[in-house]
Amino acid sequence: MEPIVKYEDVHKSFGDLEVLKGIDLNIAPAEKVALIGPSGSGKTTIIRLLMTLEKPTSGYIEVDGDPLWHKEVNGKLVPADEKHLREVRGKIGMVFQHFNLFPHMTILKNCTVAPINVLGMDKEEAEQRAVEMLEKVGLADKLEAYPSQLSGGQKQRVAMARALVMRPKVMLFDEVTSALDPELVGEVLEVIREIAEEGEMAMILVTHEMDFARDVADRVVFLDNGVIAEQGKPKDILENPQSERLQSFLERFRTSSSS
Amino acid sequence: MNMIREWDWSTVIDAFPLIFKAMWITLGMTIACYAFALVFGLVWTFIRRVRIKPLQRLISFIMEFIRTTPPLVQLYFIYYAWPLVPYVGVTLDPITTSILGLGIHFSTYISEIYRSGIESVDKGQWEAATALNFSTRQKWTKIILPQAIPPTIPMLGNYLIIMFKEIPLTAAVGVGGMLLTAQKYGAKFYEYMEPLTLVALFFLLLSYPSSILVQKLEQKMNRRFDKKPGGSNNGKEVTAS
Amino acid sequence: MAISGYLDILSVLSRGLYYTISILIVSAIIGYIIAFVAGFGRISRFSFIRRFTMIYVEFFRGTSLIVQLFWFYYVLPLPNFWAGTLAIGLNYGAYMSEIVRGSILAVPKGQTEASIALNMSNWQRMRLVILPQALRMMLPEFGNYLIQMVKATSLVSLIGLTDITYQAMVYRASNIPQSIEVFVILLIVYFLIALPLIALTRWLERMSSKGVARE
Ligand SMILES: Nc1ncnc2c1ncn2[C@@H]1O[C@H](COP(=O)(O)OP(=O)(O)OP(=O)(O)O)[C@@H](O)[C@H]1O
Ligand SMILES: [Mg+2]
Repeated sequence: MEPIVKYEDVHKSFGDLEVLKGIDLNIAPAEKVALIGPSGSGKTTIIRLLMTLEKPTSGYIEVDGDPLWHKEVNGKLVPADEKHLREVRGKIGMVFQHFNLFPHMTILKNCTVAPINVLGMDKEEAEQRAVEMLEKVGLADKLEAYPSQLSGGQKQRVAMARALVMRPKVMLFDEVTSALDPELVGEVLEVIREIAEEGEMAMILVTHEMDFARDVADRVVFLDNGVIAEQGKPKDILENPQSERLQSFLERFRTSSSS
Repeated sequence: MNMIREWDWSTVIDAFPLIFKAMWITLGMTIACYAFALVFGLVWTFIRRVRIKPLQRLISFIMEFIRTTPPLVQLYFIYYAWPLVPYVGVTLDPITTSILGLGIHFSTYISEIYRSGIESVDKGQWEAATALNFSTRQKWTKIILPQAIPPTIPMLGNYLIIMFKEIPLTAAVGVGGMLLTAQKYGAKFYEYMEPLTLVALFFLLLSYPSSILVQKLEQKMNRRFDKKPGGSNNGKEVTAS
Repeated sequence: MAISGYLDILSVLSRGLYYTISILIVSAIIGYIIAFVAGFGRISRFSFIRRFTMIYVEFFRGTSLIVQLFWFYYVLPLPNFWAGTLAIGLNYGAYMSEIVRGSILAVPKGQTEASIALNMSNWQRMRLVILPQALRMMLPEFGNYLIQMVKATSLVSLIGLTDITYQAMVYRASNIPQSIEVFVILLIVYFLIALPLIALTRWLERMSSKGVARE
């Protein structure tokens, strides 16, 4: 089966700092990939490149058969323009660490503004879809509330509903629970788990929740210092790490999370 | 409507020395009005710290009144009406009028800056100073003011520049700064373009570098005090016409 | 002084009210339009637009409003109504463009990123997400500047426009003993004009504390 996302030798530098040093990664449709690694290893950068929030320094990324940062003109690849980016971007959705809800809109409006304006849906249909998604994340009773009136966990669930109404083929999650109080983490992970079980969408999850990664992911990718150091089935990676780096990373993790 | 005449360099050469000389008067007036505002601002600040509610309200009202009414009219009041006030009224010359008028007007802004400086010092500092058994005087001079003053310096600098640009207002009561000089020159020879343009350029040449200086100062202060850039009065420079 | 004396003064001032208010309204409209045009100019993608607007802003902030007023009146020369409104509008527009620019830049980056993730176009992002939030930050500042503009309108009396200050000066010239009353009443009238604007600004300040993303 053709992968839905393809990274080929992708490099990214910020000034002199090379953050990604040649990433090769294929993701199958409906595959759930957990991205783990120490702080600063480049996890966020990898998914921001896919969301087009950051531009790769070199390399090639493909989404659903289309080049992302390039487009084909007369059989040659040239840098993509905004029009092309918008076409491909429609297949990707993202949930942010800090929610980034629109504070001046109600919850319902947060979830309908893009379907109406970007997909050109009419208001009724958009609202119907939004309510459906908000039900799924358990917030159908908050339609008229503003983001400032919600808890962190609720905000993050709204953010998921907002991304889901766009029906992306790939959904990106960047440490979506790390800005939450510990007692709110569970409700958010639960929602992600449900979404994952529905199946059809590919997901890339940057996370520090190892148990969660083991449950939900089909594959765990360990990123270290800008390269993919190890990857495989969750069980293998998390219980039987090969490299010393991964061993010590998981070790540190166990001690810090049990404390 | 008549068309703009052609620029005449000989008029420029003719008017330049007059305006250059008047520049010193404008600058001198700036310093004098500003100094008065700095001192009078202190007065407001301290009266407002007296813990008597009605007095605080009254002072706030007076300050608001002064701030929201035109300095031009305030100058007229001092110049034309003050001499008629029973018992205390005296006739004031244009320069004294201007120093009092603009000085008092701006002191209400300056006082807000002082206040923000004092309030920016963390409450814990007062408590720590009390815990260390400093006297009231020592608390102010050793702990509070050294922290309160530096962050206000860029804002105070801004107001010096604003004051400078407000000085031409004093021409209305007859202070012979750059504007009045240009105006008189214009009336005499019917050549307004060159002298007025010169005045504008003088203002630009003096105020633009100063405002860059103040910006640099502000950035430096923000770094030193670990504040977010532009938190205090970013773009908030106002005029007081 | 008898009540009739105060009424006299008020009726004289009321003759100037039309000019004071219309100057205020017209200069405010010019000022706000300029503020947006120049504010967006300062953050334009094109460097020549950025440079051009910066020169405009620095020029009008760097030279004094009164000098600009006289320049428009004596040098161009414009009729005094337009000299007054243009000088005030262009001057305050330059100051307020900094507010527009600052507010747009102050909307947290996450808001832009979320809009990109939802695949909005540049224009949709500005219209639906950034501007509504930036406006909330701008409005109280706009209110503050409007109060400043009320004060600035008094300057037009210096170029012969018959606003309330001008009327007061004319009245005083033939009623010297009433100078105190004239100017006190004039100051109070200005304060009364500003009063609703002060209230409006306070209200806007309260409103704007809601509905802006914080990082
Ligand atoms: N916009 C930027 N400008 C400069 N440096 C950046 C930028 N974004 C990220 N970096 C740097 O790139 C490196 C990788 O960042 P990235 O956010 O991808 O790490 P991460 O694996 O997500 O870490 P964390 O677990 O802390 O979120 C870091 O050293 C970071 O400082
Ligand atoms: Mg990260």
